[in-house]
Amino acid sequence: MTTPADDAVAVDRVSKNFGSTVALADVSFSVQRAERFGFIGPDGAGKTTLFRILATLMAPDQGRARVLGRDVVSDLWTLRARIGYMPGRFSLYPDLSVDENLRFFASVFGTTIEREYQQIAPIYSQLEPFRDRRAAALSGGMKQKLALCCALVHRPEILFLDEPTTGVDAVSRREFWDLLDTFKQSGMTILVSTPYMDEANRCDRVALMQGGRILAIDTPQAIADSFDRPLFAIRASDRYRALKALREWPHTHSVYPFGETLHYADKRTDVPADRIATEMLAFLSSHGFDDASVERTAPTVEDSFIARMGAPEGVRAA
Amino acid sequence: MRRILFLARAEVLHVVRDRATLAQVLIVPIVQLLILSNAATFRILNTPTYVVDFDRTSASRGLVTRFAASGHFQVTGQSASLDLANEALLRGDVTMVLTIPRQFEASLVRTGVAPIELSVNAEKGSAAGIVQSYASSIVATYASELSPATEPVPIRDVPRIDVRMRSWYNATLNYKHYMVPGILVALVTLIGTLLTAQNIAREKELGTLEQLNVTPITRGQFIAAKLLPFWALGLINLAIGLLVARLVFGVPVRGSVLLLFGSAALYLVVALAIGLWISTLVETQQQAMFVTFFIMNVYLLMSGLFTPIDSMAPWVQVVSQLNPVRHFVTIARAILIKGAGLAEIARPLMILAVYGAVMLTLAVRQYSKRTA
Repeated sequence: MTTPADDAVAVDRVSKNFGSTVALADVSFSVQRAERFGFIGPDGAGKTTLFRILATLMAPDQGRARVLGRDVVSDLWTLRARIGYMPGRFSLYPDLSVDENLRFFASVFGTTIEREYQQIAPIYSQLEPFRDRRAAALSGGMKQKLALCCALVHRPEILFLDEPTTGVDAVSRREFWDLLDTFKQSGMTILVSTPYMDEANRCDRVALMQGGRILAIDTPQAIADSFDRPLFAIRASDRYRALKALREWPHTHSVYPFGETLHYADKRTDVPADRIATEMLAFLSSHGFDDASVERTAPTVEDSFIARMGAPEGVRAA
Repeated sequence: MRRILFLARAEVLHVVRDRATLAQVLIVPIVQLLILSNAATFRILNTPTYVVDFDRTSASRGLVTRFAASGHFQVTGQSASLDLANEALLRGDVTMVLTIPRQFEASLVRTGVAPIELSVNAEKGSAAGIVQSYASSIVATYASELSPATEPVPIRDVPRIDVRMRSWYNATLNYKHYMVPGILVALVTLIGTLLTAQNIAREKELGTLEQLNVTPITRGQFIAAKLLPFWALGLINLAIGLLVARLVFGVPVRGSVLLLFGSAALYLVVALAIGLWISTLVETQQQAMFVTFFIMNVYLLMSGLFTPIDSMAPWVQVVSQLNPVRHFVTIARAILIKGAGLAEIARPLMILAVYGAVMLTLAVRQYSKRTA
């Protein structure tokens, strides 16, 4: 696979093993400049290993990875000043204040908060009320913002965010993505990994990962659309029993809990959707689910992901 | 350079913010110095003693009084039964049994010589020897007072040659003048090594080391920034300790203070480099702690701080040349007690310089900004 030299990230057949555990198996992809590229997959899919390789912290066993046109192994010193990396674990100094943490990382990169104020202003303005508070005393969402601020303080051209929203409440997660939107306008390339399927829609393109492999790369819409059967959302008061009953129905292709509902896809592709719905309602009421409702729904990235890899362990639906 | 200073400044903040570390650095050394200096003594006081007096004369009672009055012995039991005395010795209630036989006074007056028996519990090693020599000298003095005309030799071992000891540099043989500089060295070593080892292990635990690793900061800058604050702390520590030593224990400072601190500055590089090296080998602060304590124990026991190096096995003496603590103990004692100048401590100073260079190189090479 040849990739244009001006790609922000070009990964060519990268593999990485830890002992007998395969973390990455023959992974290839490229990310364009100014693109927001998401990696979606359960824990253990190899996302963190991939990010550590791209952030020059780890060398791949096989294959080559180039970031901003430079090799992550041989050009690591020139690369480090140009990339921003936010590890999955909160890794700032808990005993230092918000300001002290920021100043520290600014100084490590040979710059100052004042000089970079324009760049970090959107986040820093939110952190400023807590500038003298110790990082240990910040809420989870605030910690993430501080970490992002520290990763941005040297004006990186590309940002690697490894599960930035894991363990953060839903409101803070949305705020975090809104923040990323403001940086997207400045032309920064952002690679972000997440186990949350709903966050896929906020990326330009996503890669579905499982077991160290990339299952698919496309826009969130295209991935969702690749789900090629009519999909139904079923509501029933006893969801668990309804799920069990539907698994026994001969026409069932797949059925699984999805949020408050069950998502159902039919085996038959030649039957109109409204007929399937009617039949299903009849089936459900014959099994005692008189309050059940069935309606057609649009497939999401998660539906597509589940269809591709079977029942995923550890995938978190929001 | 600006980066290093900034990093170092953050390091100082960590220490100041963490009250436990601050106490460890400033208060603990003083307390330890005060306590250890009084515990690590070669003098024997108040040895519990059992007296079996079969003679019961004024001469025998006088002897017992002398023992009690010397301060080295404390009569905790007295009877006319050897069995009771032996029991007390076996139980560990007493360390020494003084047995005065019948006819002690009579024999002393008639012949000028009278046997007494001292049973010392030798379980306590060096203490037994010291106790015995104290007892012998008391008996000898007493005998000469009782019968100045006769031969003043009541027990066999007392030397007839009058040996007069004069201790150079420490005329009163004040053991504290000898111990305090050593303990000072031990404390500075422990603080320097332990804090450094724990500090980088802590960054590993926090994950901040990974964060720092993706920055363009170089290994050399990082390590310099890490070591600088602890190097300064070590010197501050030494200054505080020296002040306590001078004011509380009256330890003499005969040599140049500047030379002492210069040597300490060099020595601290060794101690910090060892800490740094440990931190590259471990993953957690707890592991760092264990490894440091293991190494420190070996270093301190082989440093000549508590036991003279001259009395160690020959191969241990050779190995102890590899012990940086030993060399700095030598230097500190020489400068403080003897008033040694640069020429006299040149050799251990050279060894420390080489040691520091080797350790630092080893630690820096071991520290990698990248995992495999």
